[in-house]
Amino acid sequence: MAEKVAEWQLMLYIAGQTPKSIKALNNIKKYAEEHLKGIYSIEIIDLLQNPQLAEGDQILAVPTLVRKFPEPIRKIIGDLSNEERVLVGLNIKPLT
Amino acid sequence: MQEANIMTNENDKFQFPKTPTGIEGLDEITEGGFPKGRPTLICGGAGCGKTLLSMQFLIKGITEYNEPGVFMSFEEPSNDLSLNVKSLGFDLEKLKADKKLVVDYVRVERSEIEEAGEYDLDGLFIRLAHAIDTVKATRVVLDTIESLFSGLDNQAILRAELRRLFHWLKEKGVTAVITGERGEATLTRQGLEEYVSDCVIVLDHRVIEQVSTRRLRIVKYRGSTHGTNEYPFLIDEDGISVLPITSLRLDNEVSSDIVSTGVPGLDSMFASGGFYRGSNILISGTAGTAKTTIAAYFAEEQCRKGERTVFFAFEESPQQLVRNMKSIGMDLDKYIQSGLLQIHSSRPSLNGLELHLLKLRKMIKDFKPTTVIIDPISNLISVGSEQEVRSMLVRLIDMLKFNNITALFTSLNKQNENSRPDLAEESVSSLVDTWVTVRDMEGVGERNRGLFIVKSRGMGHSNQVREFVITAKGIELLDIEMGPNGILTGTARKTNQLNKEVTEVTLQNELERKDREIARKRKLLEANIEALKNEFESVEEELSILKATEALQAKVSLNNKEIR
Repeated sequence: MAEKVAEWQLMLYIAGQTPKSIKALNNIKKYAEEHLKGIYSIEIIDLLQNPQLAEGDQILAVPTLVRKFPEPIRKIIGDLSNEERVLVGLNIKPLT
Repeated sequence: MQEANIMTNENDKFQFPKTPTGIEGLDEITEGGFPKGRPTLICGGAGCGKTLLSMQFLIKGITEYNEPGVFMSFEEPSNDLSLNVKSLGFDLEKLKADKKLVVDYVRVERSEIEEAGEYDLDGLFIRLAHAIDTVKATRVVLDTIESLFSGLDNQAILRAELRRLFHWLKEKGVTAVITGERGEATLTRQGLEEYVSDCVIVLDHRVIEQVSTRRLRIVKYRGSTHGTNEYPFLIDEDGISVLPITSLRLDNEVSSDIVSTGVPGLDSMFASGGFYRGSNILISGTAGTAKTTIAAYFAEEQCRKGERTVFFAFEESPQQLVRNMKSIGMDLDKYIQSGLLQIHSSRPSLNGLELHLLKLRKMIKDFKPTTVIIDPISNLISVGSEQEVRSMLVRLIDMLKFNNITALFTSLNKQNENSRPDLAEESVSSLVDTWVTVRDMEGVGERNRGLFIVKSRGMGHSNQVREFVITAKGIELLDIEMGPNGILTGTARKTNQLNKEVTEVTLQNELERKDREIARKRKLLEANIEALKNEFESVEEELSILKATEALQAKVSLNNKEIR
């Protein structure tokens, strides 16, 4: 099966399995399924295992959700519990 | 009672662990450096050298103490930073390549970041930990962490996280320097001093009467004594150097070597025949009393002995000084060519006092002179306030003493009737070891120059006021000439000398006349003796003739009797 290029590349930076990061992961999955079904990918990066990756994307807070594509790069920090801010931040227009 | 004594003794011995900063002067004030393994806060307004100070702390740590460091910049990208400090002679790229330094630029762009829910700054912690582990850093700089406040909304989280960060740094055992922008009422805008409370240093940049001076003050230093004053510091091509107002001790080595004054005749006014090496000499006097000439003489003398000499001229250019001294038969050019003598000319107002001092300090470090001449020191007063000048001079003299440099200052004092010393003299006079005053001696329509020694520590010295003249052959100290009303100078001296000569000739003539008379008398007497002798002889002869006649008569009468 040919890999389908996801239109939305999201990366979630976490530092270990903390309640906050689990919450963030669940949240983003929920929003993505809701609004970007089939056209997204989520990569989870644990900084505890790959600390050198933090510099590249200028991560200082965790959890941080980075929208790699489409450009420009956007960052949302926090456990993503505020749905509206996440959607606005990611520039996802709710489907009507 | 005894126990208490023992306790204090132990306290004396205890040394608070410190990390030397390697910054000139700062270690002296902090008595060893920043607190080891604890964060230090450096705060100050824009452009007062916070970043530079912290960078220098890291670089010196690497180059001088082999302690790798991490620089986490929240303001400037790594490349900019490299470029900025390169002009100060620090090569960040090389240190980075050598795995001694990590520069991490943390960019906080508000427009890029959206906050949605709870978060913490573990990312920052991880980055920092990673950087520290990569080079095994023991020194960390966070410059300027307050930038986070403008990038992130949730102040409550931020504050809690910062508190955690500093705690974490302490636990890591790294010596951290945190810089902060100065706030209006607080030391830092965000009150960082609440979190970092082990050592707080405030930098300040002030302009007073159009001359700017940077200052540094240690606000607090837990667990250690420290200098509490405001210390001026300088940023120049070698980075920051702090100038302690006075060195903490007065225990410089002293030498009992004697250096000649260079002025013929002046040496003999000192019991030991000159100045002590490493002492400070002040030549004060009103305008046109040949202070500079005496200073130049001293310089020449030192050069002739092969001593390195620096001449700071605040009134004349080197060329002018050389030319002027040529007019009295002194060739300074020769020594400039051979590299023994350096003449530095600048207007005092070119720099603040501190920069002058620093220039001197640098010169001493690079050129290693054994003699320094400052002509005139009083000109510096136009630059700063009385107090500043005084403190600068104290530091200057301390520094010179410390390096065992013989220093000669000239000082111009105002022409005033009473001999009260003015400001320049007053500030220096108690500091200098030898004080020579040159003055005008006015009288009978002419002006003459006189010289006397006001004081000379540790050495007997003449109490006379000696007149001196400057001719094409140079300075000449004249012998004392006493008249009925004290010392005679100038024409009076000459008249007196003439009078003396006349008297002497008359006396000589008289003596000769007496001699002749005695000779004549002797001749007369001798002639008399001769005459008497002759007389005596003739009498004697007569007597013997008489005796002979008598004997003959007796014989004749005897014969007559026999015939009968």
